[in-house]
Amino acid sequence: MNRSTIDLWVGIFVTIGIGAIIFLALKVGNLTSVSTSPGYHLEANFDNIGGLKLRAPVKAAGVTVGRVEAIRLDPKTYQAHVTMRVDNGYQFTSDTIASILTSGLLGEVYVGLDAGGDTRMLADGGRITKTQSAVVLEKLIGQFLFSKAAETPK
Amino acid sequence: MPSAALTGLAVLVRRIGGGTLAAITTVGFATRFFLAVARHSPAAVRRLQLTLREIYFAGVLSLIIILVSGIFVGMVLALQGYEVLNRYGADESLGILVALSLVRELGPVVAGLLFASRAGSAVTAEIGLMKATEQLSAMEMMAVDPMARVVAPRFWGGMIAMPLLAGLFSMLGIFGAYLVGVKLIGIDAGAFWGNMRAAVDFRYDVLNGIIKSVVFGFAVSMIAVFEGYTSQPTAEGVSSATTRTVVASSLTILALDFVLTVFMFRGLGV
Repeated sequence: MNRSTIDLWVGIFVTIGIGAIIFLALKVGNLTSVSTSPGYHLEANFDNIGGLKLRAPVKAAGVTVGRVEAIRLDPKTYQAHVTMRVDNGYQFTSDTIASILTSGLLGEVYVGLDAGGDTRMLADGGRITKTQSAVVLEKLIGQFLFSKAAETPK
Repeated sequence: MPSAALTGLAVLVRRIGGGTLAAITTVGFATRFFLAVARHSPAAVRRLQLTLREIYFAGVLSLIIILVSGIFVGMVLALQGYEVLNRYGADESLGILVALSLVRELGPVVAGLLFASRAGSAVTAEIGLMKATEQLSAMEMMAVDPMARVVAPRFWGGMIAMPLLAGLFSMLGIFGAYLVGVKLIGIDAGAFWGNMRAAVDFRYDVLNGIIKSVVFGFAVSMIAVFEGYTSQPTAEGVSSATTRTVVASSLTILALDFVLTVFMFRGLGV
């Protein structure tokens, strides 16, 4: 095999190989989306996070604006302490409400942010004070049964 | 009678001791061999033409088997995945299923197994035959170091080709799944790609898959040149060395894959 032919084939091979990796990065993975862009951190305490996982999306009005970075239990208040990384392009008011939501019945659990009307914005490391816990189905059913039982004697 | 038992015991002890010593000696020689390859690696860059030739043999000639297998694995994944996902009404997650399984696991592992049997065995057979026909000794006589002239370029050729082949395998697999899922079954193309992009993370999934394929490329290339270099210089020795390359590489890939997966993908659930 001629030397320049080998060079040509190796060149083609390396080019399409690197092309495949770029395809995986850009088209299959979300290299271009918020997950890798620099962002700032927000913190929130929840009574119950339900099935929230690390790397779960943080959404505002359905648009993914960040990801959950850390979840731990606050040993003093026994609340879940969630740290989120939010894209630099999005600012949230200091009276933003964070809630744990589920997309669909079996869908992924995410953090929903609803901005309020305050003029001050949350800075890096800011804490969202107004939070809404996950809806736990068992508790809902329990409440329902309890209220049913209460009204039966009538 | 006691003396016979003692002799039997002595034979047993000697056999265990001999086996252990031989195993430890092999580990020592393999380490020395690895260091020699590392020391001669600059030679593989200096004589780029030799390395390019090995990338041609290890990479370009493996393209067909990798591409065809990739497409078929992707198509089968799409059919089987659809069959299960459809029961839960989650057809549109097919893209996620296929992309995650290919990028994280099947791409590096199946491409590695194919690479070991297609390219690794060829490298072992070539070096083994060079040794059997005393070409390696002839090179040493001419003051050409076979480690630099033969082993290092083959090692680096495999090392460079393997991640690229794994990337191509994953890409073609996803393309095959697209053909079956979107074109044949009729899942919405937007949902297929959109859900996939939302669920596959570059650093967490794609980069870890690439790291896996680099590790597998290292393991397969190292085993292939080592088995070739240490093969018995006979026809039988070369054939058994080639077999050992395929078996050892495959087992190493599967074991390493487990270890890497434990380190890379644990701790997602809090």
